Amino acid sequence: MFAYVVKRLISGVLVVTLVSMAIFLLFWYGPSSPAQPICDRETSNRCGNKIELYEKTLGYDNPVYEEYGKYVKGVFVGRTLTIASNDYECSAPCLGVSYRTKQPVKEELVKRIPATFSVAIGGAFLYLLFGVPIGVAAARRRGSITDKALVSSFLFISSIPYYLFALLTWLYLTITFEIPLFSETGYFSPIKDGPWAWFSGLFLAWVALGIFGCTQYTRFTRGAMVEALSEDYIRTAKSKGLPTRTIVYKHGLRAALVPVVTIFGIDFGTLLAGTIFTERIFEIQGIGWWSLQAVQGRDLPVVQATALFSAVVLIISNLLVDIVYSVLDPRVRLS
Amino acid sequence: MTSVPMTQSSASERTSSEGPFLEVEDLTVTFPTEDGPVTAVSGLTYSVERGKTLGIVGESGSGKSVSSMAVMGLHDAKSAKISGSIRVGGTEVVGLGESRMRALRGNSMAMIFQDALAALHPFYKIGKQLEEAYLVHHSSASKRDARRKAIEMLDRVGIPQPDRRVDDYPHQFSGGMRQRAMIAMGLINDPSLLIADEPTTALDVTVQAQILDLLQDLQREFNSAVIIITHDLGVIAEMADDVLVMYAGRCVEYGTAKQILVAPEMPYTWGLLSSVPDVTASTDARLIPIPGNPPSLLRPPSGCSFHPRCLHSDKVRGDLCRTELPALLPASTGTAHLKRCHLADPVGVYQNEVLPEIAPDLVEETR
Repeated sequence: MFAYVVKRLISGVLVVTLVSMAIFLLFWYGPSSPAQPICDRETSNRCGNKIELYEKTLGYDNPVYEEYGKYVKGVFVGRTLTIASNDYECSAPCLGVSYRTKQPVKEELVKRIPATFSVAIGGAFLYLLFGVPIGVAAARRRGSITDKALVSSFLFISSIPYYLFALLTWLYLTITFEIPLFSETGYFSPIKDGPWAWFSGLFLAWVALGIFGCTQYTRFTRGAMVEALSEDYIRTAKSKGLPTRTIVYKHGLRAALVPVVTIFGIDFGTLLAGTIFTERIFEIQGIGWWSLQAVQGRDLPVVQATALFSAVVLIISNLLVDIVYSVLDPRVRLS
Repeated sequence: MTSVPMTQSSASERTSSEGPFLEVEDLTVTFPTEDGPVTAVSGLTYSVERGKTLGIVGESGSGKSVSSMAVMGLHDAKSAKISGSIRVGGTEVVGLGESRMRALRGNSMAMIFQDALAALHPFYKIGKQLEEAYLVHHSSASKRDARRKAIEMLDRVGIPQPDRRVDDYPHQFSGGMRQRAMIAMGLINDPSLLIADEPTTALDVTVQAQILDLLQDLQREFNSAVIIITHDLGVIAEMADDVLVMYAGRCVEYGTAKQILVAPEMPYTWGLLSSVPDVTASTDARLIPIPGNPPSLLRPPSGCSFHPRCLHSDKVRGDLCRTELPALLPASTGTAHLKRCHLADPVGVYQNEVLPEIAPDLVEETR
């Protein structure tokens, strides 16, 4: 088990390295110079031949491997960055300085994590809370009117693109019906602004994620549960004279949970890595919102950092899924 | 296991003082489907006494398992219509409420299934599954009692080091040991009726013999009524006191094991006997499969369900086999032996046509 985790972590480091290289190369060989936006901004769109100064100080006139080397070195020991004529101190682990805000990327990243994690945890909590029990109920009533109505209405919701769904949720709940709870969305610190502000600011995002995810988890759970309930061991459990509740939950749901947990681990990892649509639509300034801005402003260090953050979160969540899987299913041995 | 000894040392002489523990009368099980009702079992009547073994034989889809699951009350009330009467230890279980049924299930009657790997829950330890079966019917017992009982039962069915193996998962057991554990779980509450649904099908031949021996030993010990469902006539010859041959949901022949194996009177039973390979038989003996396939229960054949596959229907006058369902009537060997066939002289046909083909060396002996 320990050897397995170490092996997976080593391969994870490799993946992170490859992701960072890929992003570096994409920007380096992209259609326009990464220095162009920052030059335009600082000279009020009269960049002209000052671009050369920016390219030179940002290192874009050096070979790509040399600059990548400096970047990696900065991650471990920190570095001093120069943009045009100003110097910026960047301590280890240095992920660069934002071209837009001139702030160290690392500090901004850390600041945005609570917003993204709040969205992810609340949304995932809601969709599990409703998705799994509704799925179990539908599986137990398989083929009934209730089951068919649930499955088809949930399929309808799942068929709507998520960004449209989230946008409609926002339009109806805050604009059309003016529900006060949903009036001000965004991320508020539960410590500084109080838990109520935090809760009401995120609630609409949770509802959107929750309803949308719930329809998917209902379908996953229903499918896994229908399969589990048709297994031979359910018939055995019944023939032992066990009460229906024990048969359905202890024997059926226990087996059905394995695939659901697997999918959930990966989904939750994706949520933690930043929910671009949710954060954009509900104005929550988390990692997803920040990465979208960075891409639009071609802010290389921020894009780099958000992509690496996503990669690390996904690698860790995948590893956790595998470990949880081996705990849930005694037949699985990690090696 | 695959040979059928023609001389049957039957245990039928042993008689029990009480009446039959299980009495099934005119049992009919129908499943409504989108294409119409499927009658999987119709008009089945049999009984089993404590200490006796009834073998139910037939091809896949003949209604063997469906009828036994009806006895255990394992059919979903919404998807199966059950009529007739099933009395377990005097209690009528057809239409019995779920909670009272549950008190019987696993307690006074238990069922063991084929393919123990699928029938045991893969995520729970063997011991936990046995303890669960014990605790559900012994609400006052402690977990420690249940564990002791589980270890005792595993020991009883011949699992080595039961106090250690009790904490294994099913996948850590071998196929034979899993089936032993399944039997231990079935017998943990001393049931008076044990239904074994093809208990040896998924096992290799030497293990099959061990499992059958174990079942016989335990039956003697617990004095329970046993129903063994199989398509293997070797198992029947080894285990059964009485035999019920099923075809397309109906009983087509019913009698003592000796009557069925030595003097069968229904062409389907002949077909089953003909298709058993016999390693000790002379090389002249032929292995004759029954032509065709079991009929669809959605649209069963008219008259005798077996007539489309029967090699002897031409010996019956007119169109009787096709038009009229033969009644289950006493055979020539005695009133306890019933058969469902129009043939006027089944004994003659069997002696002169069937036996010479399947067991030429036996023809002289029996004449």
